Amino acid sequence: MEATHDHGHHESGSGFMKYVTTTNHKDIGSMYLWFSFVMFLTGGVMALTIRAELFQPGLQLVNPEFFNQMTTLHGLIMVFGAIMPAFVGFANWQIPMMIGAPDMAFPRMNNWSFWLLPPAAILLVLSLLVPGGSAGAGWTLYPPLTIQQGMGMDLVIFAIHILGMSSIMGSINIVTTILNMRAPGMTLMKMPLFVWTWLITAYLLIAVMPVLAGAVTMTLTDRHFDTHFFNPAGGGDPVLFQHIFWFFGHPEVYIIIIPAFGVISQVIPAFSRKPLFGYASMVYATASIAILSFLVWAHHMYTVGMPVEAQLYYMFATMLIAVPTGVKVFNWVATMWKGSLTFETPMLFALGFLFLFTLGGFTGLVLSLTPVDVQLHDTYYVVAHFHYVMVAGALYAAFAGVYFWLPKWIGKMYDEKLGKIHFWISIIFFNIAFFPQHFLGLAGMPRRIPDYSVQFADFNLVSSIGAFGFGLSQLLFLYILLKAIRSGEKAEDKQWEGADSLEWTHLPSPAPYHSFEEPPQVK
Amino acid sequence: MKKIILTFILLFVGFGACAEWAVNLQQPITEVGESIYNLHLVITFICVIIFIGVFGFMFYSIYYHRKSRGHKASQFHENTTVEVIWTIIPFVILIAMAWPATKTLLIMRDTSAPDMTIKATGYQWKWGYEYLDHDVQFYSTLTTPENQITNVEEKNTNYLLEVDNHVVVPVGKKVRVLTTANDVLHAWYVPALAVKQDAIPGFIRDTWFKAEKTGIYRGQCAELCGKQHAYMPIVVEVVTEDQFNQWVLDNQTTKTTKLNINE
Repeated sequence: MEATHDHGHHESGSGFMKYVTTTNHKDIGSMYLWFSFVMFLTGGVMALTIRAELFQPGLQLVNPEFFNQMTTLHGLIMVFGAIMPAFVGFANWQIPMMIGAPDMAFPRMNNWSFWLLPPAAILLVLSLLVPGGSAGAGWTLYPPLTIQQGMGMDLVIFAIHILGMSSIMGSINIVTTILNMRAPGMTLMKMPLFVWTWLITAYLLIAVMPVLAGAVTMTLTDRHFDTHFFNPAGGGDPVLFQHIFWFFGHPEVYIIIIPAFGVISQVIPAFSRKPLFGYASMVYATASIAILSFLVWAHHMYTVGMPVEAQLYYMFATMLIAVPTGVKVFNWVATMWKGSLTFETPMLFALGFLFLFTLGGFTGLVLSLTPVDVQLHDTYYVVAHFHYVMVAGALYAAFAGVYFWLPKWIGKMYDEKLGKIHFWISIIFFNIAFFPQHFLGLAGMPRRIPDYSVQFADFNLVSSIGAFGFGLSQLLFLYILLKAIRSGEKAEDKQWEGADSLEWTHLPSPAPYHSFEEPPQVK
Repeated sequence: MKKIILTFILLFVGFGACAEWAVNLQQPITEVGESIYNLHLVITFICVIIFIGVFGFMFYSIYYHRKSRGHKASQFHENTTVEVIWTIIPFVILIAMAWPATKTLLIMRDTSAPDMTIKATGYQWKWGYEYLDHDVQFYSTLTTPENQITNVEEKNTNYLLEVDNHVVVPVGKKVRVLTTANDVLHAWYVPALAVKQDAIPGFIRDTWFKAEKTGIYRGQCAELCGKQHAYMPIVVEVVTEDQFNQWVLDNQTTKTTKLNINE
């Protein structure tokens, strides 16, 4: 147990200013998580606008320009405002506790990393209100279309710069904390896998966020300062942007999923009452995935007209990523095998992840085959693929993590029955929303269209119903959180029988505001 | 077992024939399209088998290894042999998939020795076509009436997939399609021909197809190009060689009718 001392420093003030000036990793973690949830609901409303328009063929609710702005912002907000900050919230709460450290290495920079996010989010949403509306070029922001866009595009570019700064600072903090502040006895190969996944992810972020910044800055100067990076009339090439963007963009999707892998690697062993199978393999597999992620970006660009040798290289390299990913899936199943399983809400979401992320992985394998991708690129098959891995993958892992760690964070339990209902409604409606989209893509329905030919009507109708069900069920999640905070039953220090990381074995629930002021001894 | 698999495949294929609830790629009318169709079916099938295998284990575990059934947890947590096996076997399966994919791709990218060439230029928001071996050029614009889009009139069967001037080509001939654009990125995509090629301003890309059946085949722009991206379809009409030659004669640009697409 750790002792509490008065170190002679004062805590931040009270109320709102407390949160503006806090340097405490628990406060900052909570802020990241609440921010990400607000962004999730905002991006969700945009998704529902899209699905409402696509409910039937014809234009009913919005005009095509606004529709394009919805698709663009839905993507940007979900990726940069919701899913990434959610996992940074987990990093902040969990990394110090799991390695036996009192806080992050740079607590004040930690505060800055968070507080950059609300202004960036405001810029993104505000971009809808300027003349011409927001950017309507898709979250991938390809030129020359982006060069044509109005002022909203510039606000989006500034927002992306700010978001990137936040990620880079946060990642520096994470790497330094993990490499320098582990408790005595905790070698790298004794760290919880969640910590390993964030170490790896932080390196990815540091490597690629500057590349995205470069791409959007070149867009900004092409728009306003007479450069011609992407303008052929000036000697440039639109495809250059695609290379630069996807050099960021492919590692980005692993940045999104690798921390999710980490959460799953904590939850499944806990509810199997059995150690994670193949810890070392899991570390090596994750590192392999991260390294490979730098080498495959042009599989997003198979139809730009690159030489066939290049297509073949990217095809082979992309297919290769299936090997370490498969190893991870097998290891999770092997962790469950001959365990003693219970199925509380965190485990339900983890199993949902395992099942549906793998399905999304398979459609990724289908897409990696260039001849098949020629039929499926820029169709709804791709939309289905990435929603399976990002929603049924990353988002479900985030839900698993929240249900798993909430008792530790607030010292109160969520309502288990409602949690299970949230899971079942989410998974049923998610599949109703997105499984038909595979068929739409196969049938030839392109992406990013507000209106479609009548042969696509039936599956679009079904998909929209699913989307609304899924979206509304997230309000249940909000209710569950508020109910737990207000009137949840007192949680155990070790709430979960099979959990064995430091926060469960050494800290009470709720964890003290300052924990591990003395490092624990780790065997 | 083989009968079951065959039935499953036939159902999948059969389902695809029913347009409204189509679950598969469109029926291809080119050999390349046929290869892609089969490649996709086989890959999906292999994935389904692996999926059933892996999650068979998971669901078995969920039922038989649950605490409420009294199952006590083993504590094993590593096995190098099994890790090696489930690294190598997937690797081998991937090679088996990559082999036919490579063969098909090499054929798809070989645009040499075409019988004729058409240049397709993407505009915001229509296509322009120039037949480089024949003196034919025209714009091709969506003809679906505004009233159908705004739900005043009922939508016709080819809603959003109909244009004023079709891309007419002869059956059984290798047609090379050059793609470029006038303003922003577009993409020329016709599912039944298994063709998709980005149209990039300032650059020329190419692809090819050889239609084995006459008929009308419809596609769409497949790269977001602004507000009317959904409204610039492609219609390819495959006719007999005689019909094609007649069409060329009927549509040749003359001094008075030249559209002068480059103006």
